[in-house]
Amino acid sequence: MKGLGAIYLQQFSTTLASQLQYRAVLFIWLIGQVLEPLIYLVVWSAVSRSTGGNVGGFSAGEFSAYFILLMLINHSTFTWIMWEQEYRIRLGTFSFALLKPVHPIHSDIADNVSYKLITFPVMLLVALALSLAFHPEFHFAPWAVMAFFPALGLAFLVRFLLEWTLAMTAFWTTRVSAINQVYFVLLLFFSGQIAPLSLLPGPIQAVASILPFRWMISFPAELFLGRLTPSQALAGLAAQVAWLAGCLILMKIIWRAGLRVYSAVGA
Amino acid sequence: MRYFRLFIAFLRIGIMNELAYRANFFVQLFESVLELGTALAGLAVVFSHTDTLGGWLPNEVLALVGVYFLVGGSIRLLIQPSMERLIESVREGTLDFTLVKPEDAQFLVSIQRVEIWKLTDIFLGLAVLAIALVRLGARVGAIQLMAFAGALLAGGVIVYSFWLILATLCFWFIRVENILVIFQSMYEAGRWPMSLYPSWLRFALTFLVPIAVATTVPAQALAGRLNWQTLAGMIGLAFIISAISRIFWRFGIRRYSGASA
Repeated sequence: MKGLGAIYLQQFSTTLASQLQYRAVLFIWLIGQVLEPLIYLVVWSAVSRSTGGNVGGFSAGEFSAYFILLMLINHSTFTWIMWEQEYRIRLGTFSFALLKPVHPIHSDIADNVSYKLITFPVMLLVALALSLAFHPEFHFAPWAVMAFFPALGLAFLVRFLLEWTLAMTAFWTTRVSAINQVYFVLLLFFSGQIAPLSLLPGPIQAVASILPFRWMISFPAELFLGRLTPSQALAGLAAQVAWLAGCLILMKIIWRAGLRVYSAVGA
Repeated sequence: MRYFRLFIAFLRIGIMNELAYRANFFVQLFESVLELGTALAGLAVVFSHTDTLGGWLPNEVLALVGVYFLVGGSIRLLIQPSMERLIESVREGTLDFTLVKPEDAQFLVSIQRVEIWKLTDIFLGLAVLAIALVRLGARVGAIQLMAFAGALLAGGVIVYSFWLILATLCFWFIRVENILVIFQSMYEAGRWPMSLYPSWLRFALTFLVPIAVATTVPAQALAGRLNWQTLAGMIGLAFIISAISRIFWRFGIRRYSGASA
C-alpha cells in the first residue's frame, strides 16, 4: 500500500504543475459548472416568488441554498474521463498507460482530485458571491451535516467508477459522443439538477431512487439541507454503498473484456 | 447576387464533404432531438408548478425555445465553423490562399465552412416555433411577425459581428479558441426569458455576450411585447457593431504577415 501512496503523491504534483499551465481552460470549465445551476436557481426562485413563496416546500431562499450547494457537490464529484478516454483510445496514447505497472484508474483518480484541489477555492468564492446575490436560507441539523461528508465521499466514488466504466465503452466504439449525451441527459434529470427531485412527478421520483444518479449529486444536498429523516439518510447511504459495489463489479468485468478488444488505433 | 452564388458554392462543398459520412447525420439528429427533448421536459417540469414565468406564458417560452434552437443552429452551422477555421488558418499561415482570391476576404472567411448536419437544429427550431405560433394563434399578427423578422435579423448580425471581432483577435493572440468556448457555454442562458435574471447578469448577457438580443428579443416580438424603441435600438446597434467589426477586421488583417509559407 505504501507504493500506491507514493504513486498518488507523484501524480498530484505532476497534475498540479500541468493544470496551472492551462489556467484559461480551467476558467472556462468553471463557467459551465456555475452557469447551469445559476440558471435553474434563477428560474426556480422566480417560480417560487410568483406562487407566493412556496413550491413543493421550497421558498426562494431555499431554492438558492439548494442550487448553490448542488453546484459545489457537482463540482466535487464531476469527471471528464468520458471525453479523455475516447481521445486516448482514438489516438492510441492509452497504450502508455497500460505499460505502467499500476491500474490506470489510480492515476485518473489522483488527476481528478488534484484538479479539484486547485479549483475548489475558486468555486467557494463563487458560492460566496452567489450567496450574497441570492440570499440562501440554510436550516442545519447537526447529525445531517455530519452525515453529509461520508455521503459526499461515496457520491464521488460512485460517480467516478460509473463514469470511468462508461468511458471504457470507447474500447468498442471510438465514437462515444451519442452515448455520452444520453448519459448527461439522464444525469441532468435524475440527479436533481433541473429541479429538486421532490418537485418531479411521483413515478419519476421512484425511478430516480433506483438509478444511481440521485446518489451521485442530489442526495448529499438533500441531506445537508435537512430534508431527510434519519432513516431516509441511512437508506440513502446504504443505496450509495450498494451502487459502489455494483459499479466496482461492473468496472472489473468491462475492463477485462475491453482490454481484450483494445487494438491501439493510431500510433 | 454574386455573394449569394459564392455562398451556394461553399454550401455545396460542405454537403459533398459530409455526404461521405452519412452516419453522422443520424448521430447529429439523435443528439439534436435529445437536446430538444431535454429543453421541453425542463419546461414541462417548471410549468407544472406555475402558470407564468417572469411574466411569460408557457407558449411564449415555447416560442423562445424555438428561437433558441434556430439561432443556435445557425451559429453552429456557419459562424462557428468558419471562425474556427479562420483562427486555424491564421496560425498555420493558410489564410494566404484566401487573401489572394479576388473577392472580399471578410466575406470569404465568414462562409468558408458549413457544417450541414447542424441543419437538424434549425429545422427542429422552426418546427417548435411553428407549433408555438399556432398555439399563440390570433395574438400574432402581421406587425408582430415583421417585428420578429427584424429582431431576428438584427440579432443575427449582432451575433455574427461579435464572433468576427473575437476571432479577429487571433491576429494578435494565439489561443483565441478559448474565448469562443465561453460564448457556447453561456448560450444556454438564452433558453429562458431574460426578465428572470438579476440586472447584473442581464447586463452581461446583453452587452458583454450578446445572447439576450439574439433569442429573447425576437421571442418577445412574437409575444407582442416588444416596443418600437427597443427594436429600433437593436437595429441601430446591429449597424454600429457590424461597422465596428468591419473596421476591426481591416485593422487586424493588416497585421497578418503569413505564418509559415
